[in-house]
Amino acid sequence: MTKTMVGASPDPSRSGPVRPDEAGVPSATRLGGRWLLAGAAAVAVVALVGVSSGPIGVAPGRVVLELLDRLPLVDSDSGLSAVEIAIVWDLRAPRVVLGLLVGALLAGSGAAYQGVFRNPLADPYLLGIAAGAGLGATLAIVTGLGDGVGFVDPVPLAAFAGALVAVAAAGTLSVRRGRTGSPATLILAGVAVAALLTAIQTYIQQRHQESLRQVYAWILGRLSTSGWDEVLLLVPYAVVSTVVLLAAVGALDVLAVGDDEATSLGLKPRRTRLVVLAAASLGAAAAVAVSGLIGFVGLIIPHGVRMVAGVTHRRVVPLSMLFGGAFLALTDAAARTIQAPAELPIGVITAFIGAPFFLLILRRQEIS
Amino acid sequence: MTGGLDVRWDDVTVTAAGRRIVERVDLFVGGGSWLSLIGPNGAGKTTLVRALAGTISYHGTITIDGRDTVTGSVRERAKRLAVVSQHPIIPPGLAVFDYVLLGRAPHQGLRFSASVDDRRRVYAVLQRLDLDAFADRRVESLSGGERQRVVLARALAQDTPVLVLDEPTAFLDVGHQLEVLELIADLRDERSLTVITTMHDLSVAGQFADEVAVMAVGRLVATGRPAEVLTPALIGRHWGVDTTVDADQFGAVTVTVQRRREPRMHDGRVREKQSP
Repeated sequence: MTKTMVGASPDPSRSGPVRPDEAGVPSATRLGGRWLLAGAAAVAVVALVGVSSGPIGVAPGRVVLELLDRLPLVDSDSGLSAVEIAIVWDLRAPRVVLGLLVGALLAGSGAAYQGVFRNPLADPYLLGIAAGAGLGATLAIVTGLGDGVGFVDPVPLAAFAGALVAVAAAGTLSVRRGRTGSPATLILAGVAVAALLTAIQTYIQQRHQESLRQVYAWILGRLSTSGWDEVLLLVPYAVVSTVVLLAAVGALDVLAVGDDEATSLGLKPRRTRLVVLAAASLGAAAAVAVSGLIGFVGLIIPHGVRMVAGVTHRRVVPLSMLFGGAFLALTDAAARTIQAPAELPIGVITAFIGAPFFLLILRRQEIS
Repeated sequence: MTGGLDVRWDDVTVTAAGRRIVERVDLFVGGGSWLSLIGPNGAGKTTLVRALAGTISYHGTITIDGRDTVTGSVRERAKRLAVVSQHPIIPPGLAVFDYVLLGRAPHQGLRFSASVDDRRRVYAVLQRLDLDAFADRRVESLSGGERQRVVLARALAQDTPVLVLDEPTAFLDVGHQLEVLELIADLRDERSLTVITTMHDLSVAGQFADEVAVMAVGRLVATGRPAEVLTPALIGRHWGVDTTVDADQFGAVTVTVQRRREPRMHDGRVREKQSP
């Protein structure tokens, strides 16, 4: 048997060649520890930048000391004034954490959707989440629910409900004779549901011109918070979604070889798809509910991760969450500083920062 | 590794969209032997194999070593039966090692985490198939023959007593066809595997398989040793072509298809016979 070495190009998905150790076992090079570390570092740096930057500048070093001071058994004097502490802790920190969570959920669910549908262009809004959330939010805004209830903002709840109804409708419509549909059937059902819901949303919006601006602002996406409430609202969904998705990364890798071969490898493809889609949709719906429609993150971040760190879901899902969170928190810091004190819509910034960055990775990839 | 196990189709019928694609098939493959399913396009070869693999529903019973394939978990079946489909989907960007490692899935836990033993076995398979130098390469960067070896490596990493290959040499040139088939034959001997293949090339089936099973329009029409089954009469009946069939002393059969008309030149004149 002849072996031909065709222009051996190194695979960027691997941190080193497979070499057996003394026992004949290939050394563990594929955990991607370096990348996980880089992702965690990105999150930490962005978090620090996020809480330090704004109309009133606070030295990052002092923020670190202030955070250390909040740990039990640690006593450090940050030298920040009470006002500065309030700005850092009550205004910026929740917003940064919200950005990290929303970014992580959008990018993580994007990676999961792409895995389930075996299509790099699938995104978290594919099954009608955006349209459903948009309709829910529009209904809440035009009916004046947003002003009526005192302590809870009903717009995110209505958006969340709308998103889940849309996904459930797409899922149900793709079921035939008790069997969940193929990926293609699901996507088509999602497209149909989204078209219908968008039509209803547009109609309602046209009938209520007075709240057009408010609806439009919601659709463009924003991370404005009033303290930790939105964060606390999001945390349970984020935890459930993240735990399930991280548990399913191995199954997603098996699913990547197609339903038939996955079955012959001992996986139940339809059940796996259902569980992963439910978890990813829950996370994406919760993210959309608190942040509005922020496009681009769920598509570009997993794609960038695949380009630099490899295609196995073991890497793509957790790294997308880390880098997605860092990306959105950074974007938000930019959104509120570029035209301070005014804020730019974050959806505009995600595209503005993300597109050139993505092109850069693409070009580097082409050249190497 | 247990030796090859018996596989039996018992009165198997597959219906799709109201049409019977496979009708009442009874077929037995003895442990450690190589059976090749042959037949014209649309005869139901792949469907019969998919029924065994559990990726299509059917009436009747299919057993491996006497145990019904539908009882027990999908995972249990995957420990007994490895399947390579005709057009395996290879995730773009995946390295050879990671792809072959997927073959270990049935032996892993719910999270499909690879153990040191899994990695060791994958490396051993790669070495056996002369693929260890490619471990880091992307699968799609390999040539057709190498890629087919990689897919075969994944099935071998699964470490099953039964190996099913749907058209394993469909897109390979004759050199690589021979290479892959001889490899399968060697592996069958080493691991005493039961091998079931579907094939279009009658000579290939006739030279490598211990037994051939001929299917036509969903039914099994003949089974037996290649030299007994592959006769010009049977081939003419089901494929509609004239052939000459040669068998060597080992029972290996070569089938040559005859042209239906005399060869003509571009201006329509019949080509003159070459003197021998």
